[in-house]
Amino acid sequence: MTTTTTGAATTVADASPPAYRLPHRSRGFVHDTLVVARRGLIHMRRQPEQLSDATIQPIMFVLMFAYVFGGAIDIPGGGDYREFLMGGIFAQTIVFTAFGVAMSLANDRKNQAVDRFRSLPIAKGAVLGGHAVANLAKAMLPIVLMSLCGLVVGWRIRSGLLDALGGYLLLIGFAFAMIWVGVLLGSVVRTPEGVTGVSFTALFPVTFVASTFVPTSSMPAGLRTVAEWNPVTTLSDALRIRFGNPNTPPAADDPWSIANPTAYTAIWIVAIVAVCCPLAIRAYRRSIEA
Amino acid sequence: MSDAIESHGLTKRYGETQALAGVDITVPTGTVTAVLGPNGAGKTTAVRILTTLTEPDEGHATVAGFDVRRQPHEVRRRIGLAAQDSTVDPILTGRENLIMLGELHQLSRRRAMARADALLEEFSLTDAGRRQVSGYSGGMRRRLDLAATLVAGPEVLFLDEPTTGLDPRARLELWGVLDTLVHNGTTLLLTTQYLEEAERLADDIIVVDHGRVIARGDARTLKREVGGDTVQVVVLDRDRVEETAAILARVTGNEPVLDPSNRMVRAAATVGLDAVLETAAALRAAGIAIEDLSVRQPTLDEVFLTLTAARTHHDEDGS
Repeated sequence: MTTTTTGAATTVADASPPAYRLPHRSRGFVHDTLVVARRGLIHMRRQPEQLSDATIQPIMFVLMFAYVFGGAIDIPGGGDYREFLMGGIFAQTIVFTAFGVAMSLANDRKNQAVDRFRSLPIAKGAVLGGHAVANLAKAMLPIVLMSLCGLVVGWRIRSGLLDALGGYLLLIGFAFAMIWVGVLLGSVVRTPEGVTGVSFTALFPVTFVASTFVPTSSMPAGLRTVAEWNPVTTLSDALRIRFGNPNTPPAADDPWSIANPTAYTAIWIVAIVAVCCPLAIRAYRRSIEA
Repeated sequence: MSDAIESHGLTKRYGETQALAGVDITVPTGTVTAVLGPNGAGKTTAVRILTTLTEPDEGHATVAGFDVRRQPHEVRRRIGLAAQDSTVDPILTGRENLIMLGELHQLSRRRAMARADALLEEFSLTDAGRRQVSGYSGGMRRRLDLAATLVAGPEVLFLDEPTTGLDPRARLELWGVLDTLVHNGTTLLLTTQYLEEAERLADDIIVVDHGRVIARGDARTLKREVGGDTVQVVVLDRDRVEETAAILARVTGNEPVLDPSNRMVRAAATVGLDAVLETAAALRAAGIAIEDLSVRQPTLDEVFLTLTAARTHHDEDGS
């Protein structure tokens, strides 16, 4: 141990050559964002248990609803329930993107990473940007996994290439919007335990009072109205239509949201980003300065 | 010589707590200053303000010539901070941590890697560098913390209680590393609860309590202020206590304290070792047999109690 000390002590002299004393020119927002994002991706790789909301959980839902509940659920207009189910599971999984973002922010605070970042000459907004990029990348994982899992249980894309691409784009757009919901959640709630609590009491009902697993037509009137205007319903329906899967057939008395699910979902994406993004950035700033 | 750190009248209030109540700190370039104080004295708050993490309510501070409030980015480019709790990422490896910090200090990835490897070697962490930090010992983590602050060759280093929680050997190792750094001319401000540590590492010591600076100076000055060392004599023969007290009074120039039942005499001495040598010679010349003769440095507790008592007294006189 003595030799270790001497080793450390004698060579530190070389650790600060004059060249490093020069402050370096900023490499900009994109560079800093990618550096922070790479850290986020390493975190995800090293903590597979924290990926469960994007891996095990959706697979479990597919299997449970396909084989346990599926037999008892009828789709108005007919069609295979497993094909109906996939659009809903895609939507539900993407909503949970918010949970992942909120968790990574809360863990940063717990591990004091926030202070370390703040004492560095980083481009403004790059830490949040890095979280956003890493979580957007993370959202790709369940999209791919679910697509494969769907193929196994009998789901197929029965539309054209452009329609299918449109469906996937809608998913990615929604994931982007949910990132800002997650930043807001993580900045307001602040502890990993709190984030878990709020997510499961708030996000789960939102994804269940929707056409995720069952057609809204089977719900009682009041609840049905809520479900019909819930963007999770319209995202699920839009995906079913884009992928050419069975969906509740249109009716004359459908509200506008149900009649135009893609447009209605797109409006929500824009609205969530427009409202949550500035709110989230302000809440985040306040939370790190406390 | 210019000042690397300069602050005037810093105040900060958190709700009911006045964390800082007007703190002036001046650290000349290339010197080491220790901010000494108990838990809750305001040490960490002062460091957070100087490193741009917290805004002061009042007052003004410059670090490396830049205003911490108005030019935080310029300050951040020139400082290294090791916070009280380790802030290296526990999930990343030591090497990944250093590379990331290098890149965020705007080095190219290649240079950041080279720099990380050099630092790992210099801090005896090469083998550990490829393991996740969560598996490191406290001492290894602290060394990595320190390496992390040096990634961009900072002009001013801030170490908030660098050795708190370390075992004695890890503390000695870290002191060795800090010694070398300081020899290289890095300006260093460290906080500590230990007078011994402040004395060992710092040119100047600033004693804080309840958000105020209650004393400043080098270790010798501070000790003189609290009466310096204590010389203690235990004689064999109880009848000679009075005589011994007279000798101690003459040698130290201070009023001795007598404890006849324990055959003991105590007196404060500015330079304890000199006093001990003189006392020993005088006792021998007088033919007084002793059981024990010792010198003791004041502990932080004593420095503290003396300084805070003096201040409280002064406040009472003033009001």
